[in-house]
Amino acid sequence: MVERVLQAPSQYWMLIMMWVRSSMAYPASFFLMLFSSMVLTVMDFVAIVLMFSHISSFGGFSLPEMGLLYATASMTLGIADLFTGSIERVGERIRTGTFDAYLIRPVPAFLQTAADGFALRRLGRPVQALVVMVFAFSRLDVDWTVARGIMLGVSIVAGSVIFGAIFVLGAAFQFVSVDSAELANSFTYGGQTLTQYPLAVFGKEIVRAVTFVVPLAFVNYYPVLFLLGKPAPLGLPSWIGLLSPLVAVVMVALASLAWRGGLRRYRSTGS
Amino acid sequence: MGVYWAIAVRSFRRFATYRIATVSGTFTNSVFGFILCGIYLTLWHERPGLGGYDVDDALTFVWLQQGLLMSVGIWGATTTSELGERVRSGEIAVDLYRPTHLLLWWLSVDLGRALFQLLARGGVPLLVGALVFDLKFPSTPMAWLAVAAGVFLAILISFAIRYLVALSGFWITDTRGMEQLALVLATFFSGMVLPLVVFPGWIGQVARATPWAATMQVPIDIWLGRSPGGTGSALLFQLGWIAVLFLFALLVTSVATRKVVIQGG
Repeated sequence: MVERVLQAPSQYWMLIMMWVRSSMAYPASFFLMLFSSMVLTVMDFVAIVLMFSHISSFGGFSLPEMGLLYATASMTLGIADLFTGSIERVGERIRTGTFDAYLIRPVPAFLQTAADGFALRRLGRPVQALVVMVFAFSRLDVDWTVARGIMLGVSIVAGSVIFGAIFVLGAAFQFVSVDSAELANSFTYGGQTLTQYPLAVFGKEIVRAVTFVVPLAFVNYYPVLFLLGKPAPLGLPSWIGLLSPLVAVVMVALASLAWRGGLRRYRSTGS
Repeated sequence: MGVYWAIAVRSFRRFATYRIATVSGTFTNSVFGFILCGIYLTLWHERPGLGGYDVDDALTFVWLQQGLLMSVGIWGATTTSELGERVRSGEIAVDLYRPTHLLLWWLSVDLGRALFQLLARGGVPLLVGALVFDLKFPSTPMAWLAVAAGVFLAILISFAIRYLVALSGFWITDTRGMEQLALVLATFFSGMVLPLVVFPGWIGQVARATPWAATMQVPIDIWLGRSPGGTGSALLFQLGWIAVLFLFALLVTSVATRKVVIQGG
């Protein structure tokens, strides 16, 4: 078991490098795709900028503050999508029967499914998010300390892991219902759209739901509130923004259970 | 004529078989609907009457947008991406053997798909939205007729653009760049990112003149009765783009089928 876990990173690396080499066979096409991926994913921020041509604050957030929320939401989803996004194609593999091939190879099926068709061009989303983040911080007056810097880094990793776990949960559900790939989009891409905005504007019910049911608020909202020194909603303590790594661990445990459960009840199409 | 009708009916039935996919897609459309309503409620609370819309207009816009997204095929549709794939792989040769017109064949396939997705992926989110929010509906039979016409024309315009993108594969071997460009333009100029009425100044004017505006913003404005210049001119605007795009599509079809060497042949 321990050996399998230790081997996993190098196996995953080997699988994704294979896909990277294949996409680099046509470098011009690759860079064009990377660029258009950036342009396409930055549209949501363009929408926010267009909104701010009419307003000066959205739910108590200024444009740079919105930029920070947007950047962290987009970056965490982008990283999760880069590393685990391909897993949503598992339903198609189950339907066509090609999933069987994964089960007889000496690499965990999970790694193979997550790395399936690894697309480096998806780097476009985190890269444009980074640009927006730099813009946001250049306009924000954050009292930087080493601890805050570490906290920002850790919460971006934790947020990415939370989104990654949601991708895996969605994929695991496809073992139950093969055609439901789009369902997970509500929580992944929908989650990104939601977390780009100050969650308090959606009302208390939604804030409760994304805190206690699907913990999307820990992806970026609570950490950003902490960083900007804004109070947390629902009378929650402000240090709730520090709990993201803990939430990420719980989500990974859930996703891992769900994936194993799904794999156990897998029945091949047989042809 | 009969053959095209038969194609459309079969295409409708084909899409009707993906039941679970339809249900999960409708669920996702509804979730996005609620998220966008939250955002627009805040935006219109800060600036009442923004872009000439009141709050009810803005909320209705959200659910119409989610409902039209799939059936109009803003982000592409299964049918035209299959056409593109057939051009790339050379299977298009089979289509060219058929004693039917290439454009009409694929238009029929697309209309069958669009009608199913209009009923399932359009109707259900709109119903969900109407249960929660106070949405606007056309009040007179004439208004409903105008909406039906507007949506039908929007599907035609979107089809013509997607058809042209697919056929570009006859000339350029890697059409992915073209598809991405089409995706960016359609997302930005159709009103998917934000209603075009909110776009400031000249960006708004440019956006509203594009064919992508005619695929989503224009039919929604017809529904809301908010077309600047009236419903009649909105429909004429759509017809104008249809004339341009279909003439171009016919030209491209005839050049492609006469001149181009199909891959593998």
